[in-house]
Amino acid sequence: MTDPIFGRLDGSVTPFDDLFRNPSVNEAVASGAALAVILGVVAVVWMLTRHRLWAPLWRDWLTSADHKKIGIMYCVLAGVMLVRGVLEGVVMRTHQVTALDGGMLSADHFAQLFSTHGTIMIFFVATPLITGLINFAVPLQIGARDMAFPVLNQVSLGLTAAGAGLVMVSLVVGQFGTGGWTMYPPYTGATFSPGPGVDYWLWAIGISGIGSTLSGLNFAVTIYKMRCPGMTWLRMPMFTWTALCTAIMMVYAFPPLTVATAMLALDRYLDFHFFTNDLGGNMMHYANVFWMFGHPEVYIVVLPAYGVFSEISATFAAKRLYGYNSLVIATMAIAVISFCVWLHHFFTMGQGAPVNAAFGIATMIIAVPTGVKVYDWLATLYEGRIRMSVPIIYLAGFFILFVFGGLTGVILANPTIDYQVHNSQFLVAHFHNVLIRGTLFGIFAGIHYWFPKAFGFRLDETLARRAAWLWFAGFCLAFLPLYWLGLMGMPRRSASYDNPAFEPAMWLAFAGGLLVLAALATTVWTFVASIRNRAALACPVGDPWDGRTLEWSVPCPAPAFNFFATPSVRALDPLTIEKAEGTPYEEADGYEDIEMPRNTALGMILAVATGVMGFALVWWVWWLAALALVAVIGAVIARAFVEDTHQRIPADELRQAHLAFLRRVRQTRAVDRDDETGPANKGLARPEVPA
Amino acid sequence: MKDDRRSETIRYVTGALVSGVLTLLAFWVVMGPDLARPVRLWVLAGLGLAQIVVQLRCFLHIGWHSRREDLQLILFSLVLLGLMIGGTIWIMGSLAVRMH
Repeated sequence: MTDPIFGRLDGSVTPFDDLFRNPSVNEAVASGAALAVILGVVAVVWMLTRHRLWAPLWRDWLTSADHKKIGIMYCVLAGVMLVRGVLEGVVMRTHQVTALDGGMLSADHFAQLFSTHGTIMIFFVATPLITGLINFAVPLQIGARDMAFPVLNQVSLGLTAAGAGLVMVSLVVGQFGTGGWTMYPPYTGATFSPGPGVDYWLWAIGISGIGSTLSGLNFAVTIYKMRCPGMTWLRMPMFTWTALCTAIMMVYAFPPLTVATAMLALDRYLDFHFFTNDLGGNMMHYANVFWMFGHPEVYIVVLPAYGVFSEISATFAAKRLYGYNSLVIATMAIAVISFCVWLHHFFTMGQGAPVNAAFGIATMIIAVPTGVKVYDWLATLYEGRIRMSVPIIYLAGFFILFVFGGLTGVILANPTIDYQVHNSQFLVAHFHNVLIRGTLFGIFAGIHYWFPKAFGFRLDETLARRAAWLWFAGFCLAFLPLYWLGLMGMPRRSASYDNPAFEPAMWLAFAGGLLVLAALATTVWTFVASIRNRAALACPVGDPWDGRTLEWSVPCPAPAFNFFATPSVRALDPLTIEKAEGTPYEEADGYEDIEMPRNTALGMILAVATGVMGFALVWWVWWLAALALVAVIGAVIARAFVEDTHQRIPADELRQAHLAFLRRVRQTRAVDRDDETGPANKGLARPEVPA
Repeated sequence: MKDDRRSETIRYVTGALVSGVLTLLAFWVVMGPDLARPVRLWVLAGLGLAQIVVQLRCFLHIGWHSRREDLQLILFSLVLLGLMIGGTIWIMGSLAVRMH
């Protein structure tokens, strides 16, 4: 029997306790990580208190239903998790250089590291970064004032934050699971993993997964219903297209994940036998359902990055996007085909050759639309007047390394080859090459691109450029040697190895890890330095990159209501056309009263309540879990009775604000593209190349 | 307006009740009567389909005169469901044949 009040919790759940009893490098690393979390929280609380920022934080951010702020909060959350994920990666690399016949960490600790690293990077870095970018940019790109369901949007963020919080808490209280980021049963069933680790994963993924499903619904409805007049399907910016495909994929791919985690939870908590060895369980069905989510997820996070690359290749080459229609078709094709390939994650599970062959062929086919996209971007750059600024550096790095990763993917798609290299470092190299170069580089480029739109000033170009080169070099060194290691037979997820020939390559990968760490530090410093220097980097007029789409026609930072008057669109790249015709920045024909959603605390209440519920379930504190569940249901019902949900902004106020903005435009000196990164760039572009 | 609200409420309540009954029936089929295994599976599949229809009708307001977007959505859902269910049966069937 467990304690009725504290469940499984007792005094021995923190790593400090083990360090005290049994001092070792292993325990010191675990305690150091836990201490870092605690100190981080203390530092944030202290900073907020010292600068009296609690009230503004609550009023302007946490309770805001503004899609831009929610998008930024998604990115901040993902940034914090990225720091942890990268640090874990470097700790693993450090362990691996010592891992010839042993290693500084215990095998169990190493298993926790690769499990949390994968879980964090997929669910709490890649997915929230993508969700954040879509949240921020899509309504601006389609001429809408907010998402279709602003409060639901806040709830999605709350659920994601609750999941991320659970993963962070697992560092301090108890342990995380050791079953890898996919947590395959029967190993993760109650028989073989009785501790709280797998339960942390279950509730973190279960709760945040529901948030992602809701986000997908919200994005899809927004893009379907909220486009401004004239914005037909084939006039939508490419990023919005990729966001639409991602949204639809989220709607269909995240439910299988919820089902898989719910079934595993039933197995672990209520003694069901879906995935157990005995009594009719079938663990292979877990792999099947999990990857029905898992494969589309890869494209969920990579498609919007393709969208970013489409936007920046056109913007920074000052050319219309080449092959717009083919890019749309390729995006749709990838979205559908990605639901036909999930079996390639378990070619070796034992099904017959015809099944493997069919899914192998589907996997190879998906490389075709991806190839179309790469050629389209190359053709967009061809003979363009390219500025080699930060986003284009990421694009160039993406071209080289992503094609490398993509080609090894086609190799792995062949089941006969997969049988040789599956579960090896070759695979690790492959998916880091595609996911980092695809998703992370795309998002970094997107953040650099849209940062001024969010905050009103650009990022420091020199530092950001250094960071880009460091990320590129670091990831090359950290992952390219792994292809060789994999082909030489080094398995993935192995805490130690006995072949001394692996060691030099591990040192190389370790050096790569250090470069990545330097890149992370440089990135953080870029933000700090840019904030300090924000007066010189400001670009209030709103078009620092000679942009082509609607979001660049409004000031930086974008006002809460996005547009002074609802825009109307006649063609693709509306802003470029207006600039070519000499008619941007003109007073609108008429202004209307608008309604914007009021602040609400619902998202925060649900974040706290679901987070507490997850924690209570992990530790079998049943009364607390029930209480939290009642709070969740009660909060949602209570919200239904709130009738005053919108505030009205009068037309005259919008008109006055617009006129003030237009006066400012007229007082600003336009800059050439050569001075784009200099202090003269106040956000008014002098268009040189006709549309 | 008031009638609208009333019929809406009736529709949601009916939907909740019917889908609840269908769920309980599914448990009853497995735990209750002494039926042959294939019969149970087919009844369960039928209950699942009925559940989908009830939810589309009562909660998502899909009718015979719905909009074109709704039709596209339903057709796309059918494609993906076909892929997922068909693929699962194929994969798990192949595994079952080879494992026994």
